[in-house]
Amino acid sequence: MDSQIQQSHVHPSDLHQGEAHHLETLALREQFDTEAQQKDASTLGMWVFLITEVMFFGGMFLGYTLYRSNYADTWALASRSLNLPIGATNTCVLLFSSFTMAMAVRAGQLGKKKAVILFLILTMLFGLAFLGIKGYEWTQKFEEHHVPALANFHLEGTQLQGQAKLFFSFYFAMTGLHALHMVVGVGIVLFIIFQTMRNKYSPKYYTPIDIAGLYWHFVDVVWIFLFPLFYLIDRHP
Amino acid sequence: MATAAVLERETYLNASYGLKSWLLTKDHKRIAILYFITISIFFAIGGTFAGLIRLELLTPQADLVSSETYNKLFTMHGVIMVFFFLIPSIPATLGNFFLPIMIGARDLAFPRINLLSWYLLILGGVLAIYAMVAGGVDTGWTFYTPYSTSYANTYVIATALGIFVAGFSSILTGLNFVVTVHRMRAPGMTWFRMPLFVWAHYATSLIQILGTPVLAVTLVLILCERTLHIGIFDPALGGDPILFQHMFWFYSHPAVYIMVLPGMGVISEIVSTYSRKPVYGYAFVAFSSLAIAVVGFLVWGHHLYVSGQSLYAGLVFSFLSYFVAIPSAVKVFNWTATLYKGSISYDTPMLYAFGFIGLFTVGGLTGLFVASLGLDVHVTDTYFVIAHFHYVMVGGTIMAYLGGVHYWWPKMTGRMYPEHFARLSAVVVFIGFNLTFFPQFILGYQGMPRRYHVYPPEYQVLHVLSTAGATVLAVGYIMPLIYLIWSLKYGPVAGKNPWGATGLEWSIPSPPPTHNFDRIPVVMHEAYDYSAVPREVEVG
Repeated sequence: MDSQIQQSHVHPSDLHQGEAHHLETLALREQFDTEAQQKDASTLGMWVFLITEVMFFGGMFLGYTLYRSNYADTWALASRSLNLPIGATNTCVLLFSSFTMAMAVRAGQLGKKKAVILFLILTMLFGLAFLGIKGYEWTQKFEEHHVPALANFHLEGTQLQGQAKLFFSFYFAMTGLHALHMVVGVGIVLFIIFQTMRNKYSPKYYTPIDIAGLYWHFVDVVWIFLFPLFYLIDRHP
Repeated sequence: MATAAVLERETYLNASYGLKSWLLTKDHKRIAILYFITISIFFAIGGTFAGLIRLELLTPQADLVSSETYNKLFTMHGVIMVFFFLIPSIPATLGNFFLPIMIGARDLAFPRINLLSWYLLILGGVLAIYAMVAGGVDTGWTFYTPYSTSYANTYVIATALGIFVAGFSSILTGLNFVVTVHRMRAPGMTWFRMPLFVWAHYATSLIQILGTPVLAVTLVLILCERTLHIGIFDPALGGDPILFQHMFWFYSHPAVYIMVLPGMGVISEIVSTYSRKPVYGYAFVAFSSLAIAVVGFLVWGHHLYVSGQSLYAGLVFSFLSYFVAIPSAVKVFNWTATLYKGSISYDTPMLYAFGFIGLFTVGGLTGLFVASLGLDVHVTDTYFVIAHFHYVMVGGTIMAYLGGVHYWWPKMTGRMYPEHFARLSAVVVFIGFNLTFFPQFILGYQGMPRRYHVYPPEYQVLHVLSTAGATVLAVGYIMPLIYLIWSLKYGPVAGKNPWGATGLEWSIPSPPPTHNFDRIPVVMHEAYDYSAVPREVEVG
């Protein structure tokens, strides 16, 4: 008897879950009281996650900074061997993708489903284009013998092959880690597209689009740091 | 039948049955129990390694294990205890269980991520245990380069991967706690009404969020260097091994505070409850947690005094290491001041808390010895350092953990443990601990280096004392295991507030229902307001 009474104390959130299909305002999860609280929590969660990402990349940026100053000449030489037009093109591609991502979030806020899908597909295509160009650039490195793990590594114009190797180690580690984040980002965008098509979002509940956007912009910003560090510093001696 | 109906009140334990309902649970309380079981197993494994180390050191010769095996023993003892027991210990169990309840929330902000973090710990643990079964790892838990990347021919990769994965478990727990504290507090639960346990966990979470990713990236670089032979840390390939030490200790020193801050939170709760007084200087204790978290990030260089770090950097790190003693001392003084004119009862959790305060003080003060530039040259890499951090980790964190487990046991299980046995266990642990580790201070000061299993015969007496102490300590740890499990079935039923404690967790039934609160409470009182809590005598 007791337990029956307790069960009839239905929490308001249970009602939402039951009616979710009709209302299309999905998922006020049971631990939250209001939709605003849930959105705040999700957004804060993503920001905190991005802070951990900053620290994660930060370790590599620290290593980069140390060796850039210790081995300045060799690293400048190695940096000049990178393909600037390709790097610049990729920067533009990513900036465009961030623009379309921002448009998708705005469309989600306004409840324009078709626009959300269109902009997300564009974002994904830009992301894939970035990865394709990056892949082309990496294959070039193999042809130029600029892959540090291989025995045939050689950078022209310096005796200090060890220092040059370090440059390319960091180049591959940092752009590789960034590319991995792009792959995850493309996956997330794809997921959001499917969820949008299944009418999961509305102007009342578009938090996932919003926080996917945060992630996408973050990955973009990382590249905005990587590009000058690897391609631009000391370009013209 | 009437009594049966009362007993069948729905709790988080009987809301659903079956292994699946536990393995797929999103309830923070059940996840806490999963963590309890997991870290108890890891503690047993790590403790077994410690036992073997102590056995080997009983005699000056190598008669139990070879040098290679000994290297693996202390490495795996460190890896398991640090990454798979101490770091998740209090936050993932007691924190997971009580942090949401203490702030009046139905669950953590992200229950599914909470469950994910447990699976990550399991996955990491499986990798680490695989490495041990396959042949072990011998680099020391610190993985110093270039030995770990170029020369060690043991299972470095699997172990490092295991720690990497477990690190994400820790990050996600921290993320969950921070968001929960920011966004899930009940009406009226202002920041300065939160129990100090919550403050301590908030500060801990900040360290987990900011520190752990740096360890993760350091391990990624170790893995890259070991598999691809790129020379980021290997001087033979142009890299800098000191860079590794900086990156490793940037996490691993703050990690000490990940381990001990939650313990301090537990002690604040216990000292207040068993003195029946609010914690003296609440705001100071709250802010000292944050101060430890912040300043703790700026002291990592004291691990590098003899590694070739610049003397000027050493001076700054030494100063900051002294500085971090201030917030730690604030806590110790304020707990002591809380006792003053309190109505003190010597229940088991309080005995553990007294143990913590004394042992942490010894551990903290010897920390000043090793933080000084001159003295550290003498004691670095000796048993003095070993004794110092075991006083903080074992004498501090594990005492607090056991105290907390006893304190909240009635709430978690609805049962009381046998008080006499429990008090005895607290005393046995205290005696065993001191017998184990105090001789190591003297050993270290006399020059016994760490990580050696063959030593001059002069040191044997102290080593025998230490090994004898370890045996007593083991008994002290096995006792609670037995009587706590016994109490699950035979212990007297606990009331909702057997200690007459403050805090929202004591306002709900023991064990709590799945959603913690039938109605979200409105908090009207400051923390530790004993006038608001009538002393209930519900025991027995």
